[in-house]
Amino acid sequence: MVLKVFFPSCCSSADSGILIGRWISEQNSAVVLAVVHFPFIPVQVKQYLGEVQHVTKVSVSVLGSWSNSKQEKEESLSEFLEDLGTIFCHEPWIQISKEGDSKFWSCSTLQKHFKNPQQEEIILVYYDQRKVMLSHLHPPLDSAGQRAEDASKLSAIFDTVARSRVLFMTDRYDEGPIKLTHWQSDGMEASIIVELMKQASVPACMLLTFLLSLLSGICRSRVLKFWPLSFLWSKLSTCEQLGHRLQHLQVISSNKKAQNQNQLMRKANIFVSLLIDVALGILLMSWLYRKNRIGHLADTLIPVADHVAEELQDLLQWLMGAPAGLKMNRALDQVLGRFFLYHIHLWISYIHLLSPFIEMILWYVGLSACLGLTVALCILSDIIALLTFHIYCFYVYGARLYCLKIYGLSSLWRLFRGKKWNVLRQRVDSCSYDLDQLFIGTLLFTILLFLLPTTALYYLVFTLLRLLVVIVQGLIHLLVDLIDSLPLYSLILRLCRSYRLAAGVKFRVLEQQDGKPLRLLMQINPLSYGGVVQTYRLPTYSCYPRDSWASLCKKLFLGELIYPWKHKGEKQN
Amino acid sequence: MAEERRFRSASGAPIALRRRQHSASCRELAVRGPRLQLRSLSAATSAVWLAAYGLFALSENSMVLSAAIFITLIGLIIYLHFVKIDQESLLVIGSLGIQVTSSYASGKESTTFIEMGQVKDVVINEAIHMQKVIYYLCILLQDPEDPQGVSEVVPLFQSSKPRLDCLIEVYKSCQEILEQTNTAPQSS
Repeated sequence: MVLKVFFPSCCSSADSGILIGRWISEQNSAVVLAVVHFPFIPVQVKQYLGEVQHVTKVSVSVLGSWSNSKQEKEESLSEFLEDLGTIFCHEPWIQISKEGDSKFWSCSTLQKHFKNPQQEEIILVYYDQRKVMLSHLHPPLDSAGQRAEDASKLSAIFDTVARSRVLFMTDRYDEGPIKLTHWQSDGMEASIIVELMKQASVPACMLLTFLLSLLSGICRSRVLKFWPLSFLWSKLSTCEQLGHRLQHLQVISSNKKAQNQNQLMRKANIFVSLLIDVALGILLMSWLYRKNRIGHLADTLIPVADHVAEELQDLLQWLMGAPAGLKMNRALDQVLGRFFLYHIHLWISYIHLLSPFIEMILWYVGLSACLGLTVALCILSDIIALLTFHIYCFYVYGARLYCLKIYGLSSLWRLFRGKKWNVLRQRVDSCSYDLDQLFIGTLLFTILLFLLPTTALYYLVFTLLRLLVVIVQGLIHLLVDLIDSLPLYSLILRLCRSYRLAAGVKFRVLEQQDGKPLRLLMQINPLSYGGVVQTYRLPTYSCYPRDSWASLCKKLFLGELIYPWKHKGEKQN
Repeated sequence: MAEERRFRSASGAPIALRRRQHSASCRELAVRGPRLQLRSLSAATSAVWLAAYGLFALSENSMVLSAAIFITLIGLIIYLHFVKIDQESLLVIGSLGIQVTSSYASGKESTTFIEMGQVKDVVINEAIHMQKVIYYLCILLQDPEDPQGVSEVVPLFQSSKPRLDCLIEVYKSCQEILEQTNTAPQSS
């Protein structure tokens, strides 16, 4: 059986002593955590290991001996080290010795219970202790149901090192009976900024929680729940985005510590995302308010609305004539055209009524861009929706008319053939009609059929316009979604400290020498950027297409009203 | 102990297989494909620049030339970093696992390590691709629930596509180590 020894690279230059770590018998591997130096009293070592085992729940024990001799091998030392094997009885007792500055160490095992000494092969794997301790292994999703012991060998090793943090707390400068060497033996490292932030975060969180509870109390008050207002809030996407951000703030400001890695990353991601959002929003605001750009924007808003209305009027005049060479029914054409023209006239009057107040409204609304870039984008989307409200109205009129016509036609077509729709049985049955029923039915059918092209053309034109507006709004929402859900903290961590997010390990074969054990270097294989985004994506109230392409086309053909985007949490109608 | 032999890939290009034995239970097998030729690089660059110069002569806009240079540079970087694989290697360490590495022309290496507990077997499979039958080496991964089942098939040497004679060499080397692992007394 091959014996694998995982040796921390920080202990390569340690003085002679004994090795402590964990022995994983199922995999025949030994994970060395630290080296205890001479002099020591074996009873105290055992006591210390018992304490460590109690705290970390990792079965730490003495694995073997380590001798680092600067001069030639001393015979007495090797005998002494073998005798230690009898004091700390561990099966097998591993002996590693390094001579001078040689890279090639000799490694041997002592098995007391086997009479025939098997020369089993030994593999020496070096690992970077600090990186393995801090790293978090991302297993593939289908291994979620396995027990901890069944889990892969590597996660057992990562687990061992990560849970033995308390072992790494004692360093060389501590006064105690045990002197250890591990990655922190030169002194604990810490950062002043991190400590200060930790101290400052508690009162900051409490203040934030208090403010947020006030805010959510106001939002939930009865005043805002009356029917016109609640309908308005549900239609404006700005309010949804603000609610979403409020929820995020509540997550960050809660004083429960994060239980596991996922929750910690989520909190950090939300925090960084909010920070960047607000920073970009303030940047946008400063750009808008400099040189009075927002005044210019307000000044151009009315002429743009006028221009759109004029273009629509031209379009309707074109439809009332002979559009694309098609011959329309004159009377129906005139009626529909005049109806829509009057509607546009009303709309222009309302816009002109509002025009003195537009600049002021826009100025105050623009101030809310400091709440974040996403809020500014949502406001833009809402302004577009409000300005193109007449297009939406036209679409609804055209669609209803067309829908009525199609249903009428299909029902009269059945009459034409002598059939009827049976509502009880939900199928088409034959039916005998009276002569006058047939006569009127056929007459109406012919009228509707010949009026179909006119209505269909109006419907087509307004549906295309509506789809254009929907696509523009959809793109803006897609951008908002992207900013909301991107895990920026995880991506920056992957860029700067890639060992923290590990997908696995990779081995590199180091120089070999015959007769010496195989030497490998274990390095951390970081998760790919796509993997990081997929694992740590923030959930959003995302809007995604409600219908598939086929059902969308069917709805368009039949004239049913389409609302292409569905929000999560909306009930299916 | 290293040895190198020449073979051909499925499309006829010359490839080289290098075997190194690091220890009794550790072997490395690397297949190296043909390097990027200066000829093809110059041909591609000249074609793009001639086309750009022709467009410039037609449109008198110097942006076309700078755009062509930009496109050539970006295209070359993308090709070297993401597309052109120089060497694919297999490192088999008995009782630890199998590591598959692809090295790109720009020096980037993408590595996957599969633990020995997950490896069921290493086999040569055949596949029908358009009008050809090609052989490929793959690692069969164990299904955790079903001891007889295979949960995933990981194909190896996908970019260099060696022929059957090369694959047989690699297969024999891998099987020697896998047998050692399987015959040693297992306690897991």
